[in-house]
Amino acid sequence: MSTFHFTLPVTDEDIKKVHIGDVIYLTGDVTTGRDDVHHRVVVSGKESPVDLKGKAIFHAGPIMKKISSEGEEDKYKIISVGPTTSMRMEKAEAEFLAITGAKVIIGKGGMGPKTTQGCIDNTAIHTIFPGGCAVVAAEQCEDVEGVEWLDLGMPEAMWKLKVKEFGPLIVSIDSYGGNLIEDNKIRFNERKEKALAGLKGKLDYMS
Amino acid sequence: MPQDKETVERLSDLISSFMCHASGHLPDDVTKRLNEMREVETEGFARQIYDVMDENMKLADSLKRPSCQDTGLPQFFARVGAGFPYQNDLEASLVEAVKKATVRAPLRHNAVEVFDEYNTGNNIGHHIPWIDWELVPDSDELELYFYMAGGGCSLPGMAKVLMPLEGYDGIAKAVFDQMTSYGVNACPPCLVGIGIAGSAEVAAKLSKKALLRPVGSHNENPKAAQMETLIEEGLNSIGLGPGGLGGKLSCMGVNIEQASRHPATLAMGLSTACWAHRRAGIRIKPDFSYDFFTHKGASL
Ligand code: SF4
Repeated sequence: MSTFHFTLPVTDEDIKKVHIGDVIYLTGDVTTGRDDVHHRVVVSGKESPVDLKGKAIFHAGPIMKKISSEGEEDKYKIISVGPTTSMRMEKAEAEFLAITGAKVIIGKGGMGPKTTQGCIDNTAIHTIFPGGCAVVAAEQCEDVEGVEWLDLGMPEAMWKLKVKEFGPLIVSIDSYGGNLIEDNKIRFNERKEKALAGLKGKLDYMS
Repeated sequence: MPQDKETVERLSDLISSFMCHASGHLPDDVTKRLNEMREVETEGFARQIYDVMDENMKLADSLKRPSCQDTGLPQFFARVGAGFPYQNDLEASLVEAVKKATVRAPLRHNAVEVFDEYNTGNNIGHHIPWIDWELVPDSDELELYFYMAGGGCSLPGMAKVLMPLEGYDGIAKAVFDQMTSYGVNACPPCLVGIGIAGSAEVAAKLSKKALLRPVGSHNENPKAAQMETLIEEGLNSIGLGPGGLGGKLSCMGVNIEQASRHPATLAMGLSTACWAHRRAGIRIKPDFSYDFFTHKGASL
């Protein structure tokens, strides 16, 4: 297990250094995007209003607070931002990577075989930020640079964040086809069968 | 009978403060259990994740912010004393409290209208806040639970009706299957709530009520208490760890609630609470004095 500190945009060489189980910290541009953003880019074919080449896409729906007054240019402060379940984006993520050139996915939980293949094809990785730790994440964001597609609502819009030493991000899919969570699931399922076998006869309350 | 504006104002102010506090602080029993689990999880990412969780709760407290960006769909479980003097103003006060807390906390906008598919923008929607009513005889108090039902932790939820011969083993199997699939994304360690009854909706509702019981408490029926312990031990032997990234433990506990079943059915419901189990309970007296019993020492 190694630890890396990268500045965005990252290069293919950076991504190739990383393997599942490593921990990375990111500095630079991170943009949020979840269900609706993936739908717009992949299914509706709209161009992403944010240049994501070499950058990070963060599966997250933040709480933002508008701090600009009436008549001023819109300015927001980040209150809370944390990862949402990445698996919801499984259907669209591989194509999203191919279309936008994003290199780092940040979310929680694992992703499936389509995304794993997408990470191989596009030299990209999926990483996990500890779930529910939204104030820690918000405090690692130095600035909210703007927002696109706000018509999708606060959680679904693309928020452009400037982050510093953002992490820990645990690498769950690498660019070599490794998938930490799928590996874990195999182990969990083996232990599950054992645990259920151990319960046999102990819950026989039917008389 | 018209509502009394002053009462609605007073009650909703108190309840919204209670909600804001709950959005950034875990109940005492949950904090205690997480600290115990953190001591056990000494290896790999597990320790690192527990440390970030701990730092997060401290920051949420000092910065007065919701600890998780998903502040959930607002749900209330109200046990209303038959003699509670503000029954007529209570529903309006709860709705008003949600509006106020949404701005004050601030809470994320989470109410999406079904069919019309738009976000209402203030956490008020069709049947939202969800309110579960119980009438308590010989009491003039209100016992109110507030629960923030997040998306990730609601995903493992399910209910189904088993045939009695599938037995309690069948219930355990469904719980294990769900926890090793969806449970991994529900920000473990979870509290697992199981309802057992004669039909699906009763079992489902009881499974959520089971989550309102403190972590570490047990069902009064010794067999049910045994089943709680057996399932908890079984789940822990899987070692989902914090965030589902592996560890020595899987869950904060298992709580079961039951209602009598039909001879021909064995219905089960499952609800899960993530580690950020934002459940809060308060007792409010007719003179508006209160006991915030899930978060001792908290001042509103
Ligand atoms: S499961 Fe709980 S802690 Fe995790 S993101 Fe959802 S509400 Fe937050």
